[in-house]
Amino acid sequence: MANKLLEVKDLKQYFGAAGNPIKAVDGISFDIYEGETLGLVGESGCGKSTTGRSIIRLYDITDGEVLFKGRNIHASKSRKELKEFNREMQMIFQDPYASLNPRMTAGEIISEGFDIHGLYKDKKERKERIAELLEAVGLNREHANRYAHEFSGGQRQRIGIARALSLSPSFIIADEPISALDVSIQAQVVNLLKKLQREHKLTYLFIAHDLSMVKYISDRIAVMYRGKIVELGKADEIYENPIHPYTKSLLSAVPLPDPLTERIRKRIPYSHEETDEAGKLHEVLPTHFVYGTESQIKKWL
Amino acid sequence: MTKKVLEINDLKINFKTYAGVVQAVRGVSFELFEGETLAIVGESGSGKSVTSNAIMKLIPQPPGIYAGGEILFEGRDLVPLTEKQMAKVRGNDIAMIFQDPMTALNPTMRVGRQITEVILKHQKISATEAKDRAIKLLDLVGIPMAEKRFKQFPHEFSGGMRQRVVIAIALAADPKLLIADEPTTALDVTIQAQILELMKDIQKKRNTSIIFITHDLGVVANVADRVAVMYAGQIVEYGTVNDIFYNPKHPYTWGLLGSMPDLKNNAKEELRTIPGSPPDLIHPPTGDAFAPRNEYAMAIDYEQEPPMFQVSDTHFAKTWLLHPSAPQILVPESVSRRIEGYLKEAQQNGK
Repeated sequence: MANKLLEVKDLKQYFGAAGNPIKAVDGISFDIYEGETLGLVGESGCGKSTTGRSIIRLYDITDGEVLFKGRNIHASKSRKELKEFNREMQMIFQDPYASLNPRMTAGEIISEGFDIHGLYKDKKERKERIAELLEAVGLNREHANRYAHEFSGGQRQRIGIARALSLSPSFIIADEPISALDVSIQAQVVNLLKKLQREHKLTYLFIAHDLSMVKYISDRIAVMYRGKIVELGKADEIYENPIHPYTKSLLSAVPLPDPLTERIRKRIPYSHEETDEAGKLHEVLPTHFVYGTESQIKKWL
Repeated sequence: MTKKVLEINDLKINFKTYAGVVQAVRGVSFELFEGETLAIVGESGSGKSVTSNAIMKLIPQPPGIYAGGEILFEGRDLVPLTEKQMAKVRGNDIAMIFQDPMTALNPTMRVGRQITEVILKHQKISATEAKDRAIKLLDLVGIPMAEKRFKQFPHEFSGGMRQRVVIAIALAADPKLLIADEPTTALDVTIQAQILELMKDIQKKRNTSIIFITHDLGVVANVADRVAVMYAGQIVEYGTVNDIFYNPKHPYTWGLLGSMPDLKNNAKEELRTIPGSPPDLIHPPTGDAFAPRNEYAMAIDYEQEPPMFQVSDTHFAKTWLLHPSAPQILVPESVSRRIEGYLKEAQQNGK
């Protein structure tokens, strides 16, 4: 298997008072390998977005470690180290209306990172790079002078992607990048993300609640529930052979564009079962992990 | 045949804007029978929400203009009704469920009162009777401890529970027609599944007719008896849910079906996309509005608007491809393979 690009070890992210914190992320561990797409799914409030934001240092983590190419992200303190890390890791946000500054042109949005990192100081060179990025995401070079409101939702998301690509990162966190878009536009953006991954050898953490798109784009999937990863494995494996009752319930709730199946589909309800201190991720099958105690796992298998 | 509840004939809705007149709905016709669910699918801007708001007469005038057509509810045209007459229809005959349950509820009013308000407005009963009925409604929509919940505020409810309250309010005056505008889009899949079950359950108990507006084809397959696919302010394909999903005829419908990943047949191929974006409805294109995005477009598509061609008793599609002298274009392979997969599985399940 490929090298580990990112290692998350017992990551905890608590909010609120120290006495009674909200445990948004409660001790999760996983690795992301070079060139793969890891899908992170779960309901709203399960901690999936917080996980993404903690990894990229938008929050100061409560406990645990995040290693990127073997180096602890949250320990690096010097400005130089941080800058270097910021170039390597970028984020695409959910809402293409809120994540673009309305007072900046597309070109300015895309090139903001160049100023910060002192790149492409030559004007012509910079213009060329902006055009190249716009074309890479399926827009054209004339779009550089337009403002965000002049674009449709799908086009805005493309600008967000171009911005994420501008510093040639190796790792991109995509936080619900398609949920605000129409179905046909979603497909355009997903195809684009896949194409860029092939061309630039990118690694993705793809955060979403839409299971069908996650399964399509991901190599492996992690299912989160109440701040914990309850199941982790290859995308097909999770989909065809879910073991944790929460994953089963989640999968049974996804409606398919197939009326005959829909008529006979039965949703599996989930009632939460506390897992005590002894709970951990067990490798029940090769590369397929399930969270629980020994006895719970036995019961679920 | 069952009773016809709603019939819409050639409805046209325009909006006056500074840039010009937007023709949001350009001649929509459909009918709805008792106890039936019609799903209206389409992308944002296709006119599906405007159509449903028009039925409730919720189009602000100005800038909105009812530019033509009729909305017959149990045979009576709603278009010429005054605001006062319409107030009796709303809630009583037709009720609506909105997408975002947080903005649909009044945050400063206890949930119970928001339900009794509707009951007392439409029926001559005492406040205590109304309260009893409201608690029964909360119970019906699956809210546990209804009596206690009755006294709480919306912020004390989760998203799914709030949407249940919105449904309870919509049902308060026992309407014959329920219009649900993306009622589950803001909810998690597990909660979505519960709300869809609830709506179907209520429909069975009360024989309510439902118009369900959504862009999620999975949801359509789950709830709909019939489907209308909208594009650029018009219905481009119309049929039973099986017609639309297993025998789609319009290239736009092919595009919609193809742009969803195929989970069952495990295909990892590139998703089909519909290139480009929807047309500007201030200057709708001549001919077929879908032509510029249609890879199968013919010369006539740019000149003349296609009529609704009849495919079967229940199935209609607005595309020149169905004209007898048009070339035989088959459903794109990625879509047809998927349909075959679904049908094969259904056969194995003994259907």
